[in-house]
Amino acid sequence: MSWLTQTFSSSIGRKFLTAITGLFLIFFLVGHVTGNLLLFKPDEGRAFNEYTQFMTGNLGIMIVRYLLYAAILAHVIITVLLGIHNRKARPVGYTKQVPSPHVSWSSRNMGILGTLVLVFIVIHMANFWYSLKWGVVPTVNYAEAGEIKNLYHVVQSSFSELWYTALYVVMMVFLAFHLMHGFQSAFQTLGLRHKKYWPIIRSVGFWFSIIVPFIFALMPLYIYFFRNINH
Amino acid sequence: MNLTLKVWRQKGPADKGGFVTYEMKDINHHMSFLEMMDVLNERLEREGQEPVHFDHDCREGICGSCAMHINGRPHGPSKGTATCQLHMRLFNDGDVITVEPWRAKAFPVVKDLVVDRSAFDRIIQAGGYVSVNTGGVPDANEIPVPKKIADEAFNAATCISCGACVAACKNASAMLFVSAKVSQLALLPQGKVERKNRVERMVAQMDAEGFGNCTNTQACSVECPKEISQDFIAMMNREYIGAKFTSDNV
Ligand code: HEM
Ligand code: SF4
Ligand code: FES
Repeated sequence: MSWLTQTFSSSIGRKFLTAITGLFLIFFLVGHVTGNLLLFKPDEGRAFNEYTQFMTGNLGIMIVRYLLYAAILAHVIITVLLGIHNRKARPVGYTKQVPSPHVSWSSRNMGILGTLVLVFIVIHMANFWYSLKWGVVPTVNYAEAGEIKNLYHVVQSSFSELWYTALYVVMMVFLAFHLMHGFQSAFQTLGLRHKKYWPIIRSVGFWFSIIVPFIFALMPLYIYFFRNINH
Repeated sequence: MNLTLKVWRQKGPADKGGFVTYEMKDINHHMSFLEMMDVLNERLEREGQEPVHFDHDCREGICGSCAMHINGRPHGPSKGTATCQLHMRLFNDGDVITVEPWRAKAFPVVKDLVVDRSAFDRIIQAGGYVSVNTGGVPDANEIPVPKKIADEAFNAATCISCGACVAACKNASAMLFVSAKVSQLALLPQGKVERKNRVERMVAQMDAEGFGNCTNTQACSVECPKEISQDFIAMMNREYIGAKFTSDNV
């Protein structure tokens, strides 16, 4: 085995990859939530549509997008492998086990939380990304931009459904809990723990895990209540 | 006080094992948990039964032998103590106390509460020592070591290799133990010389023994009788990745 394969098949090496891909996904969330703020602009989705048009055409963004798919895939595969290995590490369990004090619920349930986030990602991609790429999306004509796909309309009609809106909101709660442990855990895994910065990492992680999923959850809620096509 | 003990009994590695319930009468609350177990064993011997096998040695919290999972937690409910320092006054009259061995693939049960912890020895054998010639005892202050570093190395060195970290971890990971053993040497001048090889070899051995992977739940530090800090796990992560990318081992 070469030193590189050996490194990344070791326990710490795999954890390192989980952390790197997890942090990359966190960076992605920042970009994604910022761009999607355009949904709140009361212009019948024009700014949002122009933004998605730009995002689909740009080569740099295309590279980042494929990196993102790779990161999700790697994150899932590695964590599943680690999870299977961890189960095997204790073939006979305890009859009585009390969770240790100060150990967060999220940290003990990352596998379940991650799986729920994965379910969400699949639903989310199937709805918006797939329809944008292969589905039939109505177009809209703007003076300068010309005829472009009206993704805003897809978003609007999805979130005019109560169950779909509710699903998104609930899924964001799971994401929040995944991040609540994941954010700080990634820094610990990378060895970035220092007396001075650790409290900062923890509180930034805490607020990030609340604020970002909260803003994401506001989007379907805003559309359901204020831009609903059925109302 | 009177107690009900549910103790794991297992004849040998191949036996399936199961709980046996013992009623304990008039237990003195000044006793340690091990003394209470002694009372049980004396009674079992008088009755011509096989006593409960458990590891113990120093009975003052420094050898790390006394491995028992008590009422769902390694070394029982009190903070920063080994089973031998756990006092019966922490329990109440009428309590039911469940006693199990450490559970991990890397720690197979030998008999009753005794588990084989030689996986830890093999990790130490893989690199937990200094093999370069460090000469005689140097004069005081000849090798300057800042107090802070000395303290940190000492904190890591207080690990008594009991295995409670593995027992507590939902993944049966040995990261806290290994990180303490890696850090205590990596922090000091004599240990720095071999730090890269050491961390690579000790982690490789840890993986080979079948311990799980750390997910940073931090349960190990909470249950550790010496309250070894999570800082050492972070330190080992840094040491390991650094060594993998810069050591001469290809
Ligand atoms: C937006 C999506 C996601 C983000 C931002 C994210 C972020 C993170 C981060 C930062 C970590 C910590 C890494 C470490 O401890 O070193 C982590 C761990 C983990 N993630 Fe994700 N993740 C995402 C999606 C997923 C998905 C889809 C799964 C599905 C299997 C998943 C499963 C896990 C598991 C099992 C862990 C390990 C838990 C642990 O080490 O404590 N994650 N994630
Ligand atoms: S780190 Fe703590 S719990 Fe683990 S073996 Fe050392 S003393 Fe025991
Ligand atoms: S018997 Fe030595 S630490 Fe408990």
